[in-house]
Amino acid sequence: MSRLAMVIDTRRCVGCQDCVVACKTENQTPEGFNRDWITYITKGRFPTLSMSIQSERCNHCDDPPCVSCCPTGASHVHDFGGIVLVDKDECIGCKACVASCPYDARYMHPDGYADKCTFCVHRVEHGQDPACVSVCPTHCMYFGDLDDPESEVSKLLASRKHYSLLPEAGTKPRIFYLE
Amino acid sequence: MTPIEVISTARSPVTDPHVHVWGWEIPVYLFLGGLTAGLMILSGYALWRGRRNPRPEASFALASSGLFGVGLVTISLGMVALFLDLVHKPYVWRLYLTFEPTSPMSWGSWILLLVYPVLALGVLLDPPRVLRERVPAVARLRRLADSDRARRWFGLVSIAVGVGLGAYTGLLLSSLGARPMWSSSVLAPLFLVSGLSTAAAFAHWVTPVPEESEQLARLDNALIVAELAMLAFFLIGLVSSTEVHARAAALLLGGPYTAVFWVGVVGLGLVVPLVIQSLVVTRRVAHTPLAPILVLLGGLVLRFVLVSAGQISHWSRL
Repeated sequence: MSRLAMVIDTRRCVGCQDCVVACKTENQTPEGFNRDWITYITKGRFPTLSMSIQSERCNHCDDPPCVSCCPTGASHVHDFGGIVLVDKDECIGCKACVASCPYDARYMHPDGYADKCTFCVHRVEHGQDPACVSVCPTHCMYFGDLDDPESEVSKLLASRKHYSLLPEAGTKPRIFYLE
Repeated sequence: MTPIEVISTARSPVTDPHVHVWGWEIPVYLFLGGLTAGLMILSGYALWRGRRNPRPEASFALASSGLFGVGLVTISLGMVALFLDLVHKPYVWRLYLTFEPTSPMSWGSWILLLVYPVLALGVLLDPPRVLRERVPAVARLRRLADSDRARRWFGLVSIAVGVGLGAYTGLLLSSLGARPMWSSSVLAPLFLVSGLSTAAAFAHWVTPVPEESEQLARLDNALIVAELAMLAFFLIGLVSSTEVHARAAALLLGGPYTAVFWVGVVGLGLVVPLVIQSLVVTRRVAHTPLAPILVLLGGLVLRFVLVSAGQISHWSRL
């Protein structure tokens, strides 16, 4: 089974929010909710400051707590690429998955079910990139299979210094940021 | 290096400043579930020890149909609260098309399915006269309910299902590791002991049998002491763990929940009733409903504090 992942080059990302708009347009998320977002982080002490920008979304964790806590099996790991998905016809809206996510990647859709990034499964199953990756004007986002050593994401992770978000929460996230 | 500023476009008026997951419904359900579990365990234990209700007909002594009846009411009110919390209400039946072994909520939904028949059978131990005279099956069941063996076995079943119900209400929260305040294995026994304590308080309040009042006041004192110890273990565990867990504990130790936790839960909910009931059992003051009522309110506030503060605790740096 493949393990689809995203690698984002923080040196190239300018925080333009094109990925956010692309996702909203592609997935028609309701007003007031986003499946992906930008975080601007300032570190240091004035005047010696550094700023970094991260495009964030569901980490499609290898060990997803949202799946193990779901009482109906609505949250599940998809056969294709290990993408973490929600079957809205099985979701009862108990919100356990929302509470279980250390990344706050989920929200309750106004129609009553838990919703989040799908890695644009409807696109990637047909060989396309997720909408956010495909529109990035600086080409800072890469998408591919971690289990394939020849994939672009595997090569980048093998050659560049990188980090993931809150690895200490123990969910084995699959979104990586190049430093 | 700790960031000095984080701006996130994820925030919207809906999620800001925190993803608000559970409102009043879940703490109310956790309280009523714990109370029901406690009533099942107490009555189950009394039945197992061969106790018979000294006053048949609907009284509220231990091992009476009255207390099981109260359990039916409290668990049903809890289920209403639980149902109100669901956002996708018409899909609730999906819980019963599957069993998810890793999900405490799935365990809970199946345990609740066992709770109802046990409570209903408990009511039928000494069924109200109307039911006995009108429904022949109830009269036949009464002959079975008179058998000491059957009563003892039923008591054990009631204890087992009650422990499952009471422990799961805490396990439900402690399995959600993304909220550092909840990732403590003490929560399951804490909620179980708190449920037992509120049930002992309630039974103490309503029992018509003087000897039982005495026993239940002593039992509740012991349970309150156990609960205070568990709260101490809970806080020590968090404070001595990682930075995020210590920060979660700080919500109760100087943070926004300090007053309600120390005054509402520890003070008025545990220490004051413990003092009153210690005076009661040493014959210095008469039995008063004040102590049990404080214990019951304290149990409710405990769940409000832990559910609300737990949601605010988080892993991220800011």
